[in-house]
Formats: sequence, C-alpha cells, structure tokens
Amino acid sequence: MRQFKGRVVVPGTCTAEALVSRGGFNTLASYQMALMFGDKEVKCGDQNNPDLYKKPMLGKALCLPMTIGSTTGGMVLYTACALNKQPACMLFSMPIDSLAASGAILGAVWTEGKMPVVDSLGEEFLEYVQTGMTVTVGPDGTVTV
Amino acid sequence: MQLTAEQQALLNGEKGEIMAKIVKTLVMYGDSFGAERMVPVSSKYGHTVISFGLKVMSPVYDLYDQLIQAGLPQGQKFTADPRPLDKNVPASFLDNFVFTKLMYTQQERYEEQLNKLGITGEDAYTCACYLDQVGNKPEKGEVLSWAESSAVIYANSVLGARCNRNSGILELMGSIAGFVPEFGLLTDEGRKASWVVEVRCKNRPEAQLLGSAIGMKVMEEVPYIKGMGPWLGTELDGAACAYLKDMGAAAASNGAVGLYHVEGLTPEAKEQGESLIAEGAQVYVIDDNELERVKASYPVIWKNPNAKPQLAFVGCPHMSLQQLRDWTDAVTAGLKASGRKKVAIPTVFTAPTAVIREFEKEDRAAALKEAGVVLSYICPLMYMNNPLCKSKAVVTSSNKLRTYTSARYYTEAEILDMITGKEGGK
Repeated sequence: MRQFKGRVVVPGTCTAEALVSRGGFNTLASYQMALMFGDKEVKCGDQNNPDLYKKPMLGKALCLPMTIGSTTGGMVLYTACALNKQPACMLFSMPIDSLAASGAILGAVWTEGKMPVVDSLGEEFLEYVQTGMTVTVGPDGTVTV
Repeated sequence: MQLTAEQQALLNGEKGEIMAKIVKTLVMYGDSFGAERMVPVSSKYGHTVISFGLKVMSPVYDLYDQLIQAGLPQGQKFTADPRPLDKNVPASFLDNFVFTKLMYTQQERYEEQLNKLGITGEDAYTCACYLDQVGNKPEKGEVLSWAESSAVIYANSVLGARCNRNSGILELMGSIAGFVPEFGLLTDEGRKASWVVEVRCKNRPEAQLLGSAIGMKVMEEVPYIKGMGPWLGTELDGAACAYLKDMGAAAASNGAVGLYHVEGLTPEAKEQGESLIAEGAQVYVIDDNELERVKASYPVIWKNPNAKPQLAFVGCPHMSLQQLRDWTDAVTAGLKASGRKKVAIPTVFTAPTAVIREFEKEDRAAALKEAGVVLSYICPLMYMNNPLCKSKAVVTSSNKLRTYTSARYYTEAEILDMITGKEGGK
C-alpha cells in the first residue's frame, strides 16, 4: 500500500477501482459514443488510447496525466456528471489542465454529481498505480493505492 | 484570487443566484491555476464550441435555459462552431432518421437559445470564425473567452490574441460575465515555449501531419517551431495562414496545444525571437522519417481495413477561400488527367457559409459542382458522430476528424488521387 499527496481541485472522498491511462485522456473521443448511445458501462471510445479503449469508465478511479483534445471536453465531462455517468474520481499525476478543470468545476457547481478531483500527484503515482488496484481518496488530497 | 468590489458583489448574489454561480465557476476555474485576478474580455466577439443540439447533451441546454430565464445582462455577441446537419451532404434514409429522430433532436431548441444568448447571425456557424469573410477576427493582445480548440490555437498563434483553452459552457460564462481569470496563455510567462521543434524535412511537411506530431509530443506545452522558412516564408499571407490553421488544428486535437510560435513568421516570434524560448526547453527534431512514423502509428478502425472509400471529407477545420480555389483547381486538373468528368467517390468540401457565398461568385464554383463535389457548411465531425458511420469507409485529410471519428487519414495528395480516380489512388 502506498500513499500519494496531491492538491484538491474538487473536494470529496471515495474508494474505487483504478482505471489507468498512461497517455493523455481525450475526453470527447473517450465519452462521445458512450454518452450518445446510452452505454450503461460508459466504455471508452478513444481508439488512440490503448490503455482505455473499450474499457468501462463508469464508477472507476480514473488515473491519468492530463486530458487532451477538443474544447468540448469540459462540456462532455459536465454532461457525464449531470447524467451520473462520471468516473468515481479523477486523479491527475500532473497539474490539472484547463478543460478537465472546467468540466470538473461545472460538474461541482451546477450538478449533484459527485466526482472528487485531485491533481499534482506526481509521476511516481502514475508509474505505481495499475488498472484494477483499489484507490481511496481522502479529504485532504491524500490518495491511497 | 483578488476580486474587485463589483466582481465580489456578483459573487455575493447582487445580480441573482445564477450570476453568482457563473462567477463562482470562473473563480474556481481561476483558483485551479493560481490566477490572482480577473481580466476584462476585450475582444468584440466571443466564440462557442457548442453548435449542436444533441439529445444526450440535454443537461447543457437545461443549464442554458437557466441562464436565459435568469434574464442575465447580455454578454458579448459570439459566433459558434458549424451546424451538424446539411441536407446536401450525402446521407441514407437511415442516416437521416438517426440524425433527426435520435441524435440532433435538440437542434431547434438550442439554436433558439443561441439567438437569445447573442449569436451574431446566420453566418456565425463555423469553426474558422477568424476568416475575413466571417469577421470574428480578434486583434493582437485582445483577451478572448473562446472555446473550439482549432480557433483558440489560431487566435493565439497567428493573430497574437490571448485565450486559454476554455471549455464549452465556460467560454459563454466568460462572455456573459465580461471577465476571465488571468492565467496560462493570458500571461507573458505562459506564452513562453518549453519545446523547440526543429523541422528538418526535405519537402514541405504536410500541415496536418506536422501538427499531429507536434501535438502528440508536446501535449499542452508551447512549441517554438524552427525550419519552416523555406515553405512558409516570413509573411502571414493566405497560404501561410491556411497552412498554420490546419497544422494548429491537428496539434490542438492530437495533443492539447493552445499556442505555438513559428520562427520569423508568427507575430510574437517576429517581435521577440528566441527570447520566447524558456530556459531548459526540450528539443524535438522532426524529419521525413519521423512524420512517416507518426502517420504509420494511426490505428485503422474500419470494419474492413481494405474497404474501398465511400465518402471523402476535406475541410476540418473549415477551408479558407484560397483553399477552396486551390482544391477546385487540383480536382479539375486531376479529373482531366484521369479522363473522368466526376469524382470517383462522393466528396464533401466544407467551408464557412460566408466563404461559400464568396466562392459561388466565381466560375470555379460551377466547375466544382460539375465535378460532383458537394460544398457544405456542415461540421464533418458532427456528421460522423452517427454510429452508422462506423461501418462506412470515410477518408479525410483532417487529422482532427481522424482523431474523433472512424475516418481514415490520408495526405492531401493521396486524397486528391482517390477522389479524382488516379490510377494507383487507393
């Protein structure tokens, strides 16, 4: 078991199974088909992301370096939160990017969807955590893997 | 963050709960990036990335209803991304059923909302809002509240305006509030390059391939690109701007680049030269082999990878007037060479409505129509959101379209060969 300390972007706590993207997470490419056609498991549709492609994202602790791609990204994340199809939490190894921050904050301010977000967990976090491990997010940005 | 008394009053609810939530959203957004203050949005117009009334995005339109019902003071007017539907674009009965009955059921509702929120007019729908014919072209140094990754990177890099890679919804909130948090690409420090890209190709690199390579490597950081002089020169003429438009769109979608500098060409690089390069910047060398490697890395997700192309899209982001002219001339010459009168596969060129109107005044418009090419204002990406497209062999010269859909990427020359039926064309 290891602990990592990050910065709280959206407060909250949770325990969930890790889903790890080693490369940038393209929010639009990952979510668009799953949201559009009501995929209950919210499987990742990003063909360029071999770590996540076709894997269910709903309720997972999404561990990633950052998000990339279209500026609809934040809106897509907000929609996922509003429809309760968001990950259990988002855990960034790097400082959060503007699109992910937008989506997480829109979700926190404008919806009831709960999705704690912690960033700046460090490269070591992303090297250590593996898909399938159990991750717990504490209120102060401590992440236990 | 230090708010002015006026901003604090808005946050405290002086103009209602909805306005307070807008300001709270902007404050949290700024706090995430260590912004110390808000700065006024100084451009004439905004630009929103959301142009589609998708059923699944109903929560977005519900939120916009709240903004409208709250009777918020009108923010700046804005343009929007291209519409998702155009009956001129080839579509089967089933495609049309899916588009109108299952996917874009909120289109009418959303366009009514945009009218109430302040869209500039019928010509407003394009991702290339900065083209002269469209008229949303910010000045150097102006602060924007825009979204649309290809427009943001163009405004920052080619026009020298200042805009972060804002998300849809949030960009509209900045336009309504009239201020945005100051961080990232709004600051001098945030506009420094942490990568130097040395282009050492023998021939002019394909814009959409070069952008893709840069985006995948530098991700969200700022590259300073050297070695483009032989192909782009030192003036931002129509050809250079079109090239940079396409290169930037690929860098923004294949990575998360919001700004690049091109040595001796883009405004800040011209003014400040290598002083824009941050200490300790990393170096990425791109030669012909590297571009080949990047191209070969793209996955092909067609059901049948050897399928004959069924549809070609050119113009994501939307084409400029000069690009339309050049493509028309190339198609005309290509058809003549291959002894054909019409394109070999259904082909759609996309451009802003205002550009299409200008183009249609020229003789070339008739030639393009004669060749069987459909000219449309549509968003190819929205068209291809249709799940039926997964079983369609769609080809494109757009790396952005490739990234978000099942469309397969080819260089412009390869696409030209395909659509003109040149022997050996794929």
